[in-house]
Amino acid sequence: MAGKLLTAGKSLGPIRRAFAPWNDPAAKPFIQFQNVTKTFGDFTAVDDLSLNIYEREFFALLGPSGCGKTTLMRMIAGFEEPTSGHVMLDGQDLVGVPPYRRPTNMMFQSYALFPHMNVWDNIAFGLKQDGMPKPDIATRVDEMLALVKLEKFAKRKPHQLSGGQKQRVALARSLAKKPKVLLLDEPLGALDKKLREETQFELIDLQVKLGMTFVIVTHDQEEAMTVADRIAVMDQGKIVQIATPAEIYEQPNSRYVADFIGDINLLEGHISSTEGGVTTLDCDGTGAKVQVSQDGGAKLGDHAWFAVRPEKVAISLSPPADPSVNAVTGEVWDIAYLGDVSIYHVRLATGATVKATITNTTRLVERPITWDDKVWLTWSRDGGVVLTR
Amino acid sequence: MRRGASWFNVTSITLGFAFLYLPIVLLVVYSFNASKLVTVWGGFSTKWYVSLLSNQGLLDAAWVTIRVALLSATLATVLGTLAAIALVRFGRFPGGTLFSGMVYAPLVMPEVITGLAMLLLFVAIGFARGFWTLTLAHITFSMCFVAVVVQSRLITFDRSLEEAALDLGCPPFRTFFTITLPLILPAVVAGWMLAFTLSLDDLVISSFTTGPGATTLPMKIYSQVRLGVTPEINAICSILIAIVATGVIIASAVTKRREVDRQRAERLAIQGV
Repeated sequence: MAGKLLTAGKSLGPIRRAFAPWNDPAAKPFIQFQNVTKTFGDFTAVDDLSLNIYEREFFALLGPSGCGKTTLMRMIAGFEEPTSGHVMLDGQDLVGVPPYRRPTNMMFQSYALFPHMNVWDNIAFGLKQDGMPKPDIATRVDEMLALVKLEKFAKRKPHQLSGGQKQRVALARSLAKKPKVLLLDEPLGALDKKLREETQFELIDLQVKLGMTFVIVTHDQEEAMTVADRIAVMDQGKIVQIATPAEIYEQPNSRYVADFIGDINLLEGHISSTEGGVTTLDCDGTGAKVQVSQDGGAKLGDHAWFAVRPEKVAISLSPPADPSVNAVTGEVWDIAYLGDVSIYHVRLATGATVKATITNTTRLVERPITWDDKVWLTWSRDGGVVLTR
Repeated sequence: MRRGASWFNVTSITLGFAFLYLPIVLLVVYSFNASKLVTVWGGFSTKWYVSLLSNQGLLDAAWVTIRVALLSATLATVLGTLAAIALVRFGRFPGGTLFSGMVYAPLVMPEVITGLAMLLLFVAIGFARGFWTLTLAHITFSMCFVAVVVQSRLITFDRSLEEAALDLGCPPFRTFFTITLPLILPAVVAGWMLAFTLSLDDLVISSFTTGPGATTLPMKIYSQVRLGVTPEINAICSILIAIVATGVIIASAVTKRREVDRQRAERLAIQGV
């Protein structure tokens, strides 16, 4: 029962590409956290955090468990009040407004469907609270059932539904009241991989079509990258970086972000030159020179790391034209064959391991590069970034 | 491994059940005894059941017992449920440990002491002993049993259900009645039945707290037995056993039926039908 939420219509590309209110200084933030701190006893869940989320944005809060992302979302919903600071929605201060008077709705990780009510009554629950006239409720519920393709299941109780169907009912219930903000708490965690990937795209379609602001909490970086316009990577109650998925991946601002999102190679060293828009880093141990066309705010003499993604590292048996810059040499220590790609683990003279991902463009009969081969790893000036923290 | 009945299993089960139910079976059998002598079998008869109907003293006692049990069980359920919610939901508050300890104290308090303490209180404040003091005393000792039963259900209750209701615009008070209460209802009903049964058969606390005109059935039976066991007593006890047994059988049948239905529905859902 994995039907599409929406039938495929026009491509959403143009809408999604043009959307970037966070770069517009005149744009008014829709949700604002102003110096928000939340403590539970002596544990600080959210630490003096400020954040702007814009209208119609699909915003992801990403981080390991305990980083404060769920607390942040629960402060929008009203289940937690900040210890200090302000949470604003559409210019109105939400502090002190109880959850049942907030124009936000939440889709819970456990779905939280009312087990004693059938699908229809679950979706109608929020509308009934508003005292909506009965015929209007019926129209709206049928509309929501059609949206999630569950018309035939209206009379079912939650325990008579599969995981995917429950997820759809939960989504329909949280959308029924047309909230200003939809909060999604790990919404796809309980689905299997295939259904999850499908549902991610359905969520994007739905969000663009309904023109609502979505805030999603997840610990799954792939999920955040797929669905979100912007991602906030959190650690210990603070936001480490807020940026688009591509920026987060290509220009992480710290080792924490680089390591949290995807796979990364780190080479430690010191900045030896920042001339002509090119930053040069001398690696400790190997003495290899790394030149990067981006400076990342690194100053001469800084202790820094060069970070490069495995897929941006080329592997070769012969040395490059200039082996003194942006190249290291080592022995193939291990090879992970994943079908679509192979990951080469190359051990350098210093004992550090650098990973290189090679796309398997031809059927693999015999590996051109194999275990114990002496190889050269190279990358371009735009391949990686220099990080100072 | 052989899963049949070995002589050892059969013997243990027979002995076990005999130990539990032989006295009760004897009581029921002798309630149909035609002889007036309780321990001598004089043929089958239902005359003692008939004569019960004309024993005004026993009938009055039965009526008092049922009224006290219904009223005290209902009020104890309300108070016990509230106490359970406070214990589970309020988290840690000053005096929380003391509070929970005090709710459960009557569970382990010797009945004689509870009864005596109540009697002293009623005498001290000049509360005329009778139906109301009896009811109050029963509420006091049965409330903690309700609290225990409801609390165990609340601990496993998914809080996000209430949060979902709040989130959808339902104020806390209404959330309790539309979401929480229907879902913990089985535990509340179980608590009520427990309180009802406890009140029905209480003798010690009742003896301390009752007054003229409010004699309960256990007290009546006890006082009559001191003058010698009559077959009438056997008859009324058999009726009580029948009532309790019927309740238990219906309750377990309903639970079993719901469980089977639920499992079938879940199987269908997994198959995606």
